[in-house]
Amino acid sequence: MSKKIVLPLILIALTVTAAGAETEAPTTASNLAAIELVQSHADYVWTLVAAALVFFMQAGFAMVETGFTRAKNAINILMKNLMDFSVGSLGFWAVGFGLMFGATSTGWFGTSGFFLSDYVPGGDPWVLAFWMFQVVFCATAATIVSGAMAERTKFSSYLLYSLIVSTVIYPIFGSWAWGGLYNGGGWLEGLGFIDFAGSTVVHSVGGWIGLAGAVVLGPRLGKYSADGQARAIPGHNPPLAALGVFILWLGWFGFNPGSTTAANKEISWIFVNTNLAAATGSVLAMIVSWLKFGKPEISMSLNGALAGLVAITAPCYNVTPASAVIIGAVAGVLVVLSVLFFERLRIDDPVGAVSVHGVCGAWGTLAAGLFNVEGFSLSVVGVQILGIVTCFIWAFGLGFIMFKIIDKTVGLRVSPEEESDGLDFSEHGGSAYPDFQVSAYAQK
Amino acid sequence: MKKIEAIVKPFRLEDVKDALARLSITGLTVTEVKGFGRQKGHKEIYRGAEYVVDFLPKVKLELVVDDEKVGQVVSTIGQAAKTGKIGDGKIFVLPVEEAVRIRTGERGPEAL
Repeated sequence: MSKKIVLPLILIALTVTAAGAETEAPTTASNLAAIELVQSHADYVWTLVAAALVFFMQAGFAMVETGFTRAKNAINILMKNLMDFSVGSLGFWAVGFGLMFGATSTGWFGTSGFFLSDYVPGGDPWVLAFWMFQVVFCATAATIVSGAMAERTKFSSYLLYSLIVSTVIYPIFGSWAWGGLYNGGGWLEGLGFIDFAGSTVVHSVGGWIGLAGAVVLGPRLGKYSADGQARAIPGHNPPLAALGVFILWLGWFGFNPGSTTAANKEISWIFVNTNLAAATGSVLAMIVSWLKFGKPEISMSLNGALAGLVAITAPCYNVTPASAVIIGAVAGVLVVLSVLFFERLRIDDPVGAVSVHGVCGAWGTLAAGLFNVEGFSLSVVGVQILGIVTCFIWAFGLGFIMFKIIDKTVGLRVSPEEESDGLDFSEHGGSAYPDFQVSAYAQK
Repeated sequence: MKKIEAIVKPFRLEDVKDALARLSITGLTVTEVKGFGRQKGHKEIYRGAEYVVDFLPKVKLELVVDDEKVGQVVSTIGQAAKTGKIGDGKIFVLPVEEAVRIRTGERGPEAL
């Protein structure tokens, strides 16, 4: 045939087959399915965007801790934070996720889903999105401890702790409160325990383990004078600390609203509650520091913002914005008093991690019962208190035993010479600021 | 040749430098130092713990000049660096044995 006939024939054939490839006319059922699919896609997108925001909180923690400690230990702080996330990711993938969200017959720990076995290529990938969201929470809990144990902990021992917290301590408690979010089901959530995004599950767990670490380690050299007076060891970089707090505040907009793991309208009040609590926390902490010390102090004000954020984490879903303001305010006052309290007990917490995360995590969990929009109920508050106390026993208790064992076996604390030289040099063979002459504020 | 060492408040450095430039000084070295005289330090507070900062930041200027210029340089520095408040600093004059320009090998006052 001539080209004049073949070409048009080919074009007609293509058009007809393309027309034949059109989808059939939509039905109600197919419309519903399509709408559900779009919602499902939105759920994935929101959950994973939130996971990325919470991941970035690792940078926040790294900057806060670096800013509040001395320059000679900066590399060590960064290594611990980097490894908390990296080792934690692997530990949570291998063991932690299964213990926390696996199928359970007891309500005390899960027994399936290790190494992300729930996912098969081509299968439903929701478990991947959910795991991604959960692993960043696990890493948050782990990295809280780094601050309380800063400037005197052996790096290798810290790695060991990091593995244990992400494979055992965090996930098992997490299974009691959140297992039902996936395949599991915990005894604590069965009682109606409210902890929407983890004031207790994440922050108190981290805070109490940090307390155990600080207790077993003892205070930094020079922190207390011979007559027991607490001495200032000023952080070397308030700008970094402030940057860290702003990053954490931003990340918390993933931490709290993301815990819906669904794209819906509810995230709007979770956002607002989160912001109001943070703002009020920082204002009140600033005021308390102003009254107590005579000047508004930066480190306390920054801690105050974090305290508000930690406190609103449990009740963010079930309280009003006005309640969020009160919750943040109490947290802002509490954190300053708590820092001074632990200091008087000669427990050296260089960044205030125990006060911000442990104490205010407990307060936030209690507040979820006290300010519940569904009304005040003593039995609900009772369950909240049960959860708070259980967490303390579990996290502080296991943490204390773990750190004691580590201390007796491989050693937990560096030697006095290593501590004086700075961990950057003694543990990592480097200097965080090689172009600058670094000297710490020395005191009598 | 004499070496003039002056310890001044950091925010006076630019004015001192400008005043010396008007005297056509041929060189100057500046270091950031910490110190105290009779001024003593001040109290700061960190997380509720008071501490004393004994050493205050200062700037040290060092310049080597011909003997005839010493008087003028010392009074110029003194006027430019003065605020009238404690902590203004000090000026010292020391003898210099030898000066060498590294690039050319010149020695003595020609090297300044």
